Amino acid sequence: MFGYVPLGLAFGVLFAQLDYAWYYATLMGLIVYAGAAQFLAVGLLGAGAGLVEIGLATLLLNARHVFYGLSLAPRFPPRGASRLYLMFGLTDETYALLASRKPPPAVAATRFYLLVTALNQAAWVAGCTLGALLGGALSIDTRGLEFTLTALFVVLVVEQARAIRDPRPFLIALVSGAVALLVVGSEHMLLVALGLAMLLLFLGRRRAYA
Amino acid sequence: MSGPLYLLLAIAVMAAATFATRAASFLLLRSHSRHPLVLHLGRYLPPAAMTLLVMYSLKDVSVLEPPYGLPHWLASAATAAIHLWRRNALLSIAAGTGLFMWLQQSGILG
Repeated sequence: MFGYVPLGLAFGVLFAQLDYAWYYATLMGLIVYAGAAQFLAVGLLGAGAGLVEIGLATLLLNARHVFYGLSLAPRFPPRGASRLYLMFGLTDETYALLASRKPPPAVAATRFYLLVTALNQAAWVAGCTLGALLGGALSIDTRGLEFTLTALFVVLVVEQARAIRDPRPFLIALVSGAVALLVVGSEHMLLVALGLAMLLLFLGRRRAYA
Repeated sequence: MSGPLYLLLAIAVMAAATFATRAASFLLLRSHSRHPLVLHLGRYLPPAAMTLLVMYSLKDVSVLEPPYGLPHWLASAATAAIHLWRRNALLSIAAGTGLFMWLQQSGILG
């Protein structure tokens, strides 16, 4: 759970290189609250990317979250502010925690979910803030720190590989990614590759059940 | 573009896009959540998306010129190996990033 403090720290330090005030990193942790998307945004903001591009990249990067809610939706409270906050806070790590652990018998489920989500976000916001303060104050050689993003994704792939035990989705992604890189180049690779991967997954399922 | 207004707008756009993806399954898919295709994609799209994100984050690495992306490959392999070994996400990320930063900053691979 407290993995979000050091990850947030790394984000904050990177963010500080953009020369914006530190409290914008806090604001991002509070209202965006998306680890990978925030890392990606540092690069986009640094390049002065357009708002449409930033929005699209965020949508694509977080598209995986669409599927997190499926298994959890029946367990969340049916309406109200609790449901809204739980939806808002459904990050990779929070999803992994909520999907894998049952609330202790003495605690109401909603309370437990809210507590886990809020603690995760508190750790993240604290990390972002501290990192931005430190990054602005110290002169550290941060070359290579952007690899945090790749390392995060590698860890997520390993976790998926342990859970799925089926090479097909990974091979489909490798093929889709390679084709997209060759056909449309690196800039629009993600959108095209995701679409291609979804098509291949869809075709694969039809064949499997035919 | 730059400046605080640009940053604030960008943050607002990111917040809206992120919330949209997280709320989508609760709002749009509620009535279809037992559909076999939705279940199939729910199971297989995340591993495919994560794999694509690794490729995406490495897409601008030049493999044809020295150091041939070696720091990226080595650090990625180290991250995966350490994660398989200890299964501690934080340790894996820190060790992989640390190795990469050292490889970059020391210029040991040229």
